[in-house]
Amino acid sequence: MAKHTLSVLVENHPGVLSRVAGLFSRRGFNIDSLAVGVTENPDISRMTIVVDGDDYTVEQVSKQLNKLIDVIKIKQLDKTDSVSRELALIKVAATTSTRSEIIQIVEIFRANIVDVSKNTLTIEISGGSSKVAALEDMLRQFGIKEIVRTGTIAIERGNKYIKANNNEEE
Amino acid sequence: MKLTGAQAIIKALELEKVDIIFGYPGAAICPFYDSLLDSAITHVLTRNEQGAAHAASGYARVTGKTGVCVATSGPGATNLITGIATAYMDSIPMVAITGQVSSELIGRDVFQEADITGATAPFCKHNYLVKDAKALPRIIKEAFHIASTGRPGPVLIDIPIDVQNKEISFAYPESIDIKGYKPTYKGHSLQIRRIADAIAKAKAPVICAGGGVINANAAEELIKLAEKLRIPVTTTLMGIGAIPADHELSLGMLGSHGVYSANYALHNADLVIIMGARVADRAIGTASKIAEKAKIVHIDIDPAEIGKNIGTSIPVVGDVKLILKELLETAVKGNADEWMESIKRIKKEHPLKHRDGEEGVAVKPQYLLSMLSDMLDRDSIITTEVGQNQIWAANHFKVKKPRTFISSGGMGTMGYGLPAAVGAKFGAPRQKVVAVCGDGSFQMSMNELGTIKQHKLGVKIIIFNNSRLGMVRELQKNRYCGRYSQVFLEDNPDFVKLVEAYGFTGERIDSDSQVRDALGRFLADDRPYLLECIVDPEEPTL
Repeated sequence: MAKHTLSVLVENHPGVLSRVAGLFSRRGFNIDSLAVGVTENPDISRMTIVVDGDDYTVEQVSKQLNKLIDVIKIKQLDKTDSVSRELALIKVAATTSTRSEIIQIVEIFRANIVDVSKNTLTIEISGGSSKVAALEDMLRQFGIKEIVRTGTIAIERGNKYIKANNNEEE
Repeated sequence: MKLTGAQAIIKALELEKVDIIFGYPGAAICPFYDSLLDSAITHVLTRNEQGAAHAASGYARVTGKTGVCVATSGPGATNLITGIATAYMDSIPMVAITGQVSSELIGRDVFQEADITGATAPFCKHNYLVKDAKALPRIIKEAFHIASTGRPGPVLIDIPIDVQNKEISFAYPESIDIKGYKPTYKGHSLQIRRIADAIAKAKAPVICAGGGVINANAAEELIKLAEKLRIPVTTTLMGIGAIPADHELSLGMLGSHGVYSANYALHNADLVIIMGARVADRAIGTASKIAEKAKIVHIDIDPAEIGKNIGTSIPVVGDVKLILKELLETAVKGNADEWMESIKRIKKEHPLKHRDGEEGVAVKPQYLLSMLSDMLDRDSIITTEVGQNQIWAANHFKVKKPRTFISSGGMGTMGYGLPAAVGAKFGAPRQKVVAVCGDGSFQMSMNELGTIKQHKLGVKIIIFNNSRLGMVRELQKNRYCGRYSQVFLEDNPDFVKLVEAYGFTGERIDSDSQVRDALGRFLADDRPYLLECIVDPEEPTL
């Protein structure tokens, strides 16, 4: 099964998220991640949904989402033609002997240290999910205390954009 | 114009040309009921909110208009849910209005509070929780628009009591702009041309008509097309009435509970034209097999139905009436004479049949229903419950016109038929309305006898009494080695005495020889009449 990224414009109403989430559970679809935030138009929010499934599933997800009155537009994003990022905050155990090694790894990944305490370092990383996973993998040996991830957000490359009213080309 | 929220709702309903609503009052909807006193809208008080939802649904199915039901918060609203879900599965236009506890108390679990918008989200085309009284006119306008256009369905509006009491300046919007809701009506011309080509080439075409044909008022176009192109027509349960049962091209109902000729045609066709049907398991359980042999054309107004349950070679999204009109202009008859001959032969070789009922012991429901359809006018309406009675009626009552066979297809809701008959009678007061029930399902909604009495409705009721939950019993017989579990209703009340308590006439018969005379008395006038027919518990569904 492959992962598919859907960019979904929805009305910025209370209850929309529960409708979308409810639809996924009711129809037996799996959400890999879901990120939501307001767009340049405050009446409209954008959800980036990563779905796990075959082509049939993704087509059904799109069609069923389209039936929700609060859903304005759906676009499936092509992997090669879009940029996707996720943000993670990783709190890792750090002692005087391991701290410098961790900092080196963080530098290699171009991540940031955003908090430090006697026993921990908190690292902020943004990137594709594989980069985040790779950093997580490298840090595991030191003892990861907590991870917070945002879920993927994605945008199309080039001068295409998804608008509520008209079509995608500029 | 200054109005309270409650007055604004009534005013909006009047502007939507609503003249009848079905409901049940309670504390949180009292401002609405108070304002209703000043309106000409008829209110039908049912005996349970579920009855109100089913009655609104029956009314909508018969008239094609949007049915309206009303209930209070909490249990009133939750009682509507089965009715809303039933309407949703069968794509019936309905607006449900519920009272809600005061806005500032929402979420505190106060008396009769229930999250009805959350609870009904999976069963509604859309729903609203109104937080601002000023939005009421727009929301009601949108609700009726959403319920009745595209693929119809129920829309619920939940209105807190303080919103009903708040004064607003009322102006009804003239236009609607919902960014995320723009149904497609006109079919893609190229795709329609492809259908015409496929028909011209087909050697064994069949049309499968569903409830969408009835919703779109497209029965006339369907019959014209079938006659012009000489294509036999089978229907789903929801499509019954799309073509008269006595039409030479009608094959009857398809599917696991359908007739032989319909299923024969479906499984031997080289072109299956599905219109306004969602290829549900009971209708086409072997979708992949059929799609292997035949080219599949699927016409539906809901794009999500295309490809959901059957692979399609020619999909067309749009209003089936418009598409059929366009197809009528272009399509020409293929070379399928041989196919028609074999269909005719199969129909003759495999007619619907049944034995006579045993004298003094049992009535054959098939015999009675077949006679009933001969004795009734073409535009008479029957409603059914769910169970054996539904399938007997679907196969043996010869339905002649659209919107005259009212039954819960998708949801299979027992307790639907009697309240639906109430709504149907209000929708078609001059037509005969007969509710066909089993003894089990009748008892799920028999409280609505009170509604029938209060509103002096001439609803006719047939009960096929086998003192069993017949269809479940049959399932347990065939699939569970005859281990019968909780299917016996042997201490049923005396149904004749029961309706006599309401002042209606009741009669019990137990042999086929009594059927003709009994039906004569049953149909003689326009007053409620219950005919209880004793049925052999072993009587099979098919």
